[in-house]
Amino acid sequence: MNNGSKGKAMLNGGLSRRAVLELGVLGLAVTALPRGAMAEDKKLKVAAVFATPIEEPWDHQVHVALQQAQKELGIDYKWSEKVQTADFGRVMREYAQGGYDLLMGDAFAAERESRRTAKQFPKVAFLFGSGAGPAEPNFGVFDNWIHEPAYLSGMIAGKMSKSGTIGAVAAMGIPEVNRLVNAFFAGAREVNKDIKRKVSFIGSFFDPPKAKEAALAQIDAGVDVIYAERFGVIEAAQQKGIYAISNMSDQSSLAPETVITGPVWNMFPTVEQAVKLVRAGVFTAQDYGDFSRMAKGGSSLAPYHKFEQILPAEVKDMVEKRKTEIMDGIFRVDVDENTPSSD
Amino acid sequence: MNAVLEQVFQVGFLAAIIRIATPLAFATLGEMFSERAGVLNLGIEGIMLLSAMTGFTTASLTGSLWLGILAAIITGALMGALHAVLTVALGLSQHVCGIGVTLFGSGLAYFFYRLVFGQQSVPPSIEGFKPVPIPILSDIPVIGPPIFNQFTLVYLAILAIPISAFLLYRTPWGLSLRMVGENPRAADSAGVSVIGMRFQAVMLGGALMGVAGAFLTMAQFNAFTFGVISGRGWVAIALVVFGRWDPWRSAGAALLFAFVDALQLRLQAAGLGHIPYEIFLMLPFVLTIVAMALMSRNAVAPSALLKPFRREER
Repeated sequence: MNNGSKGKAMLNGGLSRRAVLELGVLGLAVTALPRGAMAEDKKLKVAAVFATPIEEPWDHQVHVALQQAQKELGIDYKWSEKVQTADFGRVMREYAQGGYDLLMGDAFAAERESRRTAKQFPKVAFLFGSGAGPAEPNFGVFDNWIHEPAYLSGMIAGKMSKSGTIGAVAAMGIPEVNRLVNAFFAGAREVNKDIKRKVSFIGSFFDPPKAKEAALAQIDAGVDVIYAERFGVIEAAQQKGIYAISNMSDQSSLAPETVITGPVWNMFPTVEQAVKLVRAGVFTAQDYGDFSRMAKGGSSLAPYHKFEQILPAEVKDMVEKRKTEIMDGIFRVDVDENTPSSD
Repeated sequence: MNAVLEQVFQVGFLAAIIRIATPLAFATLGEMFSERAGVLNLGIEGIMLLSAMTGFTTASLTGSLWLGILAAIITGALMGALHAVLTVALGLSQHVCGIGVTLFGSGLAYFFYRLVFGQQSVPPSIEGFKPVPIPILSDIPVIGPPIFNQFTLVYLAILAIPISAFLLYRTPWGLSLRMVGENPRAADSAGVSVIGMRFQAVMLGGALMGVAGAFLTMAQFNAFTFGVISGRGWVAIALVVFGRWDPWRSAGAALLFAFVDALQLRLQAAGLGHIPYEIFLMLPFVLTIVAMALMSRNAVAPSALLKPFRREER
């Protein structure tokens, strides 16, 4: 009580205009200090703003990487999920004003708004998932560039299909999805040029019952290896006893006898790089997409688990060889973002 | 073209129609009961989502699928009661309260899901309902396997249609329900409790919506994910109008929608050249609207729909 009234008195009468000015100058000086100088004193504060619930596979991988960074890189991590497009800028501003050094998240639905917000906080680093390019001075971008393991998965699918028909059930025909599905088919085509492709879109990110129905329809059409871009597909494959390729994370646990492997996105290299740059005070607006590539450890093929025994050695060798070539930069998986269609 | 037809019209196709129609049929019947009593329930989407969650969670925690269904029914009925308190007892705007119930139900579903399951990499799943073949009937060629080798809930949906029609048209209870939806003042004079009947109708409707939601997370699929309802509740509201507030016609509308939805999924996989996939996804909605425009033009809604009943008012 006593302390409180004393403080109040100071604010009212004790603080001269000059003192206020001095305080302001001091504040400016502190913010102007290079961030590196302060790194030892306080934890780097990172916040994430997600447009969807973190169960959405894309956002989930970003969230998981940031949690890993919290443990391994000693950052302070806070997050907001299911932020509507109309609220996106506001939530970003709240974090930026709250002393956060690095803001991450997915800007797809709010590309303009998030860039506009970033401009207002030139001292804060912004790194967002985006279908567009970086914006000077402080808005970097990244995306799920996991078409390389998708291609490898396609090679396996092409080899494991007995019917000669493989399928993919995906959310919608957006670049992030198209390039994975196309790479998957390209991989299958490389090992079996006559392979028939089936593609279905369910028109939303979350509708497992519909994804499952789409998969069942494909299986009726002769598909015997299916790429589960969305949740729901693996269950259909399991029910009908065909093989499935998972997406984004290692999903073998859903159906160990069904899921052969699948592309895995690891956002940790991207997060690590961004944290390193922000700590050094040299974060710049650029495309961090390369850190999602296989060579940087940003993506990989999920472990085979039970299929270690089931996959023929020649298939595993073939995939291993192609993988090494991709890692060495000798083989380049083409990025094709056109909407695929069924044969 | 023949190859396409062959690919589309298979046993699996018929089975898919029935599966897709089942949650729509439950939801449509639920909405129909509510509207027949004069209460539009736009809370349907949220009620379905919350029930899908409570049903799934109960089944997951207790290991009993039927306890899960019971939980979904109770959830649906309670949410119906909430909507009835707002719109029937307090006489507030049915549109606004309905949207409110949907937002509340969705938020609550998500909140409790997080509370129970935390953060998951892959959605937690259960052993869902398995198809139960009905002896003899499931051996009938062509229509046997798709119709009589289904989940028990599918059979219940099929039974729910004649039962609903019987309740609505052949029982005193149904007569009272229709009366409070057409002319509450007359019903009141005749000694029917308008408030009571409307509460019963909205709660029964909510319970049916609850089963619809639970079917999605416990039979058609075996996990709860956010957004699992994906607008099926809104579709049901349109199907009620399409079905002219009649149980048989409403169920028929659900079947037609499911038919086109199952068809478009098969057409997507059939390889019809470079037709944009959006065209296929649009088909069930477009055809429902067209059919509604053609067939339900002179449909007459219950006269007291959207009108709160206040005894002392004229």
